[in-house]
Amino acid sequence: MEKYAVYVPRLVNKRENFVPGHRACIGCGEALAVRLACKSLGENVIIVNATGCMEIVASQIPYTSWRVPWIHTIFENTAAVASGVEAGLKILSSKGKTTSKNVKIAAIAGDGATSDIGLQALSGALERRHNLLYLCFDNEAYMNTGIQRSSSTPFGASTTTSPAGKKSIGQVSWKKNMPAIAAAHNIPYVATACPSYPFDLMAKVAKGLNAEGPAYIHILSICPTGWRTAPDLTIKIGRLAVETGIFPLYEIENGEYKLSVKIPELRPVTDYMNLQGRFRHLSDATIEEIQQRVNEEYAKLMEKIV
Amino acid sequence: MAKRVGTEVSLAVADTVKLVNADVISAYPITPQTHIVEHLAELVANGELDANFIPVESEHSAMSACLGSSAVGARTFTATAGQGLELMHEVLYVASSMRLPIIMTVANRALSAPLSVWGDHSDVMAVRDTGWIQIFVENGQEAVDNLLCAFRIGEDPRVLLPVMVHLDGFYLTHVIEPIFMPEQSEVENFVPPNQYPLPLDPNNPVSMGCFAPPVIYAETKWAQEVNLRASKDVILECWNEFGDQFQRHYSPVESYHSEDARVLLLTMGSFSETASLAIDNMRNAGKNVGLLKLRLWRPFPFDEIRQAARNADVLIVLDRAMSPGGPGGPVCSEIKAALYQEEKRPKVVSFIGGLGGRDITIEGFEEIINKGIEISEKGSNQEYEIFGVRE
Ligand SMILES: Cc1ncc(C[n+]2csc(CCOP(=O)(O)OP(=O)(O)O)c2C)c(N)n1
Ligand code: SF4
Ligand SMILES: [Mg+2]
Repeated sequence: MEKYAVYVPRLVNKRENFVPGHRACIGCGEALAVRLACKSLGENVIIVNATGCMEIVASQIPYTSWRVPWIHTIFENTAAVASGVEAGLKILSSKGKTTSKNVKIAAIAGDGATSDIGLQALSGALERRHNLLYLCFDNEAYMNTGIQRSSSTPFGASTTTSPAGKKSIGQVSWKKNMPAIAAAHNIPYVATACPSYPFDLMAKVAKGLNAEGPAYIHILSICPTGWRTAPDLTIKIGRLAVETGIFPLYEIENGEYKLSVKIPELRPVTDYMNLQGRFRHLSDATIEEIQQRVNEEYAKLMEKIV
Repeated sequence: MAKRVGTEVSLAVADTVKLVNADVISAYPITPQTHIVEHLAELVANGELDANFIPVESEHSAMSACLGSSAVGARTFTATAGQGLELMHEVLYVASSMRLPIIMTVANRALSAPLSVWGDHSDVMAVRDTGWIQIFVENGQEAVDNLLCAFRIGEDPRVLLPVMVHLDGFYLTHVIEPIFMPEQSEVENFVPPNQYPLPLDPNNPVSMGCFAPPVIYAETKWAQEVNLRASKDVILECWNEFGDQFQRHYSPVESYHSEDARVLLLTMGSFSETASLAIDNMRNAGKNVGLLKLRLWRPFPFDEIRQAARNADVLIVLDRAMSPGGPGGPVCSEIKAALYQEEKRPKVVSFIGGLGGRDITIEGFEEIINKGIEISEKGSNQEYEIFGVRE
């Protein structure tokens, strides 16, 4: 195991395809996740990016952080654009009209672009079985536009459109289960990941990229600006999300659930929540309600794990 | 030599897409465009057209997938109508601004509400400013010819812009016409292969669709405008060469007995054919009237309109769309704007008609012309009139 731990990092692509100089906030977990994912995507790839933080921080004319072919068009159509890229390349190569071979297609988008406004386009692309990898970088709100709630925002979190107030606890709905929605399309590969577990994340991206058909990876991306967390705690908070069972890391390969990181005993959710300003207003009763829900959801997931 | 075949216009449109050997078709069905995409799906399914047909889940995705396939350099076609064109709206701007030569046939249809599947130009006018080259056609032959031209114009390295060919829903899409379908070799001769200069390609990575801060946005838009205006030369060149090769001739503003006419009627699309019969009748009765047909809608043919209207006293414009609360028909407003600075210009009268598939007969056109003349003489307290509307 020791030896393995030394060996694995050596296999990582040393080339940065999402290069520094972009304007993400200090401690941005999403930028880190994109950087790691890009290492695994390699160079023979085309990236289709939704409007959102990663597009905005890395592509201001005349600069770009993308060293692989990259296209951004609008907010909600990323999966559809990627479908077109895939279909176009496929026919061009079958007609011998391109010299590129086995080019992979990665669609990358935030939680808003994925679970809200772009859900229809994503569902269409998955259902049509385009050969593409869709990566959702979930920072649990619309960060690019100023921390508004999305359907991926956790229960109780205060955002600018689900603000905590005298009559509100903040977000009143439970986080949408996007990986389950993706899996319901019977695609060959679905996984969750977090940049606090970099090798796991990179291995999953590589797996998704080589799946026969569409693949979906849901990546928890800590956002110090939106979550009101200290920028130097990003990695720690990501680990706590996993260790509390709030964001378990797993894979669904051809319908079979596999746990990626086993947690012998879940830590209390407060270990995770207390570090974040977005939950600061919550009463003990609400936190208890969240703890119950996390326990239940985790137990349900464990039942599925083979 | 091309054969003349009796065919439904929608099928002929699809067959033209086959003749240019399109790579990707991404479309969502909507009346009255359905026969075009159904036939394309069939051609692909039967192996007659070697293309990838993407049966997307909406028009928004149809146009979005077109962006993707065009960006990798694939020859890309789609078709839509009315509501579908509106659902594509935000994506249309991206296609032109990112210089992606997507070709689209629009089976013109009214917009809801009330729901109407029948034809008018509300959908066209709502996408007027999306930066696409836009061409109106009058019959099935023109739909085929101009679709061929659209591929050649849009993909021309001097242009690289998306092109819409506007075809009146039902009046054209669903009629059977004798059409000269060009031979495969003629098409290959006329439409060169698509060679998009900077496709998305790992061998030469590019970033497409970066965002513009205020210091550069206006410049990018101006560059796009200069390019769209300059495309007119290429359009004219294409139509000239088309005429040489196929002996059918097209121009931005076409005239019918207009040279000496004191009174001109301007129409676009399928109405032009019926209107020309009204002109025949009236000329036979000794009236000095003529017809202008607007073929090129974008880039707008300012010079040609000024030239064509120069000697007339009255110009009656028949729009097939409204501009609610506005100055009259959208086309008429542009004609007025084009003529305003001219020293000698006709009086311009605005009519709107044919909304939601309402037909206008030959007699109807005669009535419009006579009424237009009357309004030009006596004036009117209305900006425009909806022909035949019951109050
Ligand atoms: C049609 C449309 N609606 C709204 C917006 C505004 N908008 C741009 S990015 C964004 C939120 C992005 O959130 P998410 O997808 O979660 O990405 P993040 O910025 O959080 O990484 C919104 C609402 C838009 N660009 N287009
Ligand atoms: S707002 Fe959040 S996700 Fe966006 S760049 Fe800043 S830290 Fe990253
Ligand atoms: Mg987000």
